[in-house]
Amino acid sequence: MSSSNNGTGNRNGSRNGHRPLRRGRRYSAWSLLQHGLSGADWPVTFRSHPKRDSYDVVIVGGGVHGLATAYYLAANHGIRNVAVLEKSYIGSGGSGRNTAILRSNYLTPEGVRFYDRSVKLYEHLAAELNFNVMFSQRGHLTLAHNDASLRTMRWRTEVNKLQGVDSEVIGPDEVKKLVPYLDTSSTTRYPVLGALYHPPGGIIRHDAVVWGYARGADAHGVHIHQKTEVVGIDVEGGRVTGVRTDDGHRIATPVVVNCTAGWSTLISDMAGVSMPVQTFPLQAAVTEPVKPFLDTVIVSGTLHVYVSQTDRGELVFGASVDPFASYSTRGSLEFAEGVAGHVLELMPALSKMRLLRQWAGLCDMTPDYSPIMGPTPVGGFYVDVGWGTYGFKAGPVSGEAMADCIANERPPEIISAFGLDRFEAGRLVGEKGAAAVGH
Amino acid sequence: MMLLPCPWCGPRNASEFRYVGETGPRPDPTTATPEQWRRHLYFHANPRGWVRESWYHRAGCRRYFAAERHTATNEVRSSGGHS
Ligand SMILES: Cc1cc2nc3c(=O)[nH]c(=O)nc-3n(C[C@H](O)[C@H](O)[C@H](O)COP(=O)(O)OP(=O)(O)OC[C@H]3O[C@@H](n4cnc5c(N)ncnc54)[C@H](O)[C@@H]3O)c2cc1C
Repeated sequence: MSSSNNGTGNRNGSRNGHRPLRRGRRYSAWSLLQHGLSGADWPVTFRSHPKRDSYDVVIVGGGVHGLATAYYLAANHGIRNVAVLEKSYIGSGGSGRNTAILRSNYLTPEGVRFYDRSVKLYEHLAAELNFNVMFSQRGHLTLAHNDASLRTMRWRTEVNKLQGVDSEVIGPDEVKKLVPYLDTSSTTRYPVLGALYHPPGGIIRHDAVVWGYARGADAHGVHIHQKTEVVGIDVEGGRVTGVRTDDGHRIATPVVVNCTAGWSTLISDMAGVSMPVQTFPLQAAVTEPVKPFLDTVIVSGTLHVYVSQTDRGELVFGASVDPFASYSTRGSLEFAEGVAGHVLELMPALSKMRLLRQWAGLCDMTPDYSPIMGPTPVGGFYVDVGWGTYGFKAGPVSGEAMADCIANERPPEIISAFGLDRFEAGRLVGEKGAAAVGH
Repeated sequence: MMLLPCPWCGPRNASEFRYVGETGPRPDPTTATPEQWRRHLYFHANPRGWVRESWYHRAGCRRYFAAERHTATNEVRSSGGHS
């Protein structure tokens, strides 16, 4: 596992150290024992409040990005008069629907540096939030089935190593040792020629990350308003002045942050900011649980499929986005058929497994497979969007950087390549080679 | 998944088509600045509602056509010839 520090800050999360949660609210072996014996109720994870007439910062979207931004605004910068507005329940968007793969073996130096900071924050997140997020750094393998993929992987390895990220190309024999059930014979339609191996990559419990940030933000005084949809944003003289919600409230605020991923075009439209985003559904599926046999994450770009096994033993399958833009989250038979066929090409032994469920989430795709972060032409209106199929792993670093951006009124270095102005200026960050298969 | 009414082949499964995307006016190549071209290339209306878009019937007549689709329900309303 990589232990380098890329120089973007300390490795332990919040810069000013974290303030302890109020007495009685900390989770520990002792509190578990106490509650187990006394049968007393646990305190609520986060509270609900009446809405204030004004907040210093209003964050739209209660996914990992919105909640992490709120948490770091309060924890790192002391900005506590903050509201997170969520139209449904927290984590109801992509943050509760993703396949929870974390990694930092991207292709561009900007991308690698950024995602590596996130993996570092994730490594310490359970301690920082006093919430078990179940991060399992089990290793991540991207299979190469042709010379072109091998070439891109060698390129990625070199970029990764230069940024201090643990990443190497390994041959089919080593792949077989790591994943005995994988068909590495040379007689398949797409033989495995090698793989990009990324030991610090792995999977996490996505709901726990969402709840942990919500609880942490709440402990610092942030208001989380669920079942509150933003229906309008007021802009006067080129500056944001407030938001309107579906329950008839007008909340005054000088700062609005758009953290709504698949819905982000609709929110930016309210502020009059146009965006290079298209919303595509991404589907995933799980099987019935079986005994543990797969302790790495397997990805095949050529076959458009990836597989991991959860702690409960279910196999999680993912693929690429649906073939056309849509806000519909209906699953399709084409997806289930395609993913099953491709998984069987990799692991024929799974032919008797049964799919339990499939689902879809909305992904805000950008032309360069990189996010859009920072200020917009409208004063006080910030975006943290363009998370496509890969944004869960970026939650912590994005929250940290967006909080910094808002508190200091300029984007920190780590996100300077991801501004909205790059599209008209022609400065795209080509990340497709490492992000096209959705995870 | 979804049926698309190809004006030449009739209703067919969406998997036979390639999605081309939203249709809209192209900037004039003789006068457009690089910024305007990039805007045209990269920016999208991406509405949640009715949108006019272009499809290519790759596993059929191999012709382009335009259709109106509701992006929340995937209901398709009309179709026409070239776009
Ligand atoms: C099937 C699938 C698999 C994925 N796998 C991975 C993976 O393995 N690794 C990875 O890193 N990423 C993955 N992703 C991508 C990842 O899930 C997203 O990029 C990430 O969760 C985005 O988080 P977010 O907080 O920006 O948005 P979301 O979690 O989508 O939250 C946005 C919130 O905004 C709310 N909202 C929308 N409109 C309004 C409004 N008008 N008012 C108030 N609230 C509103 C929504 O209800 C929603 O809760 C996957 C995505 C999917 C769908």
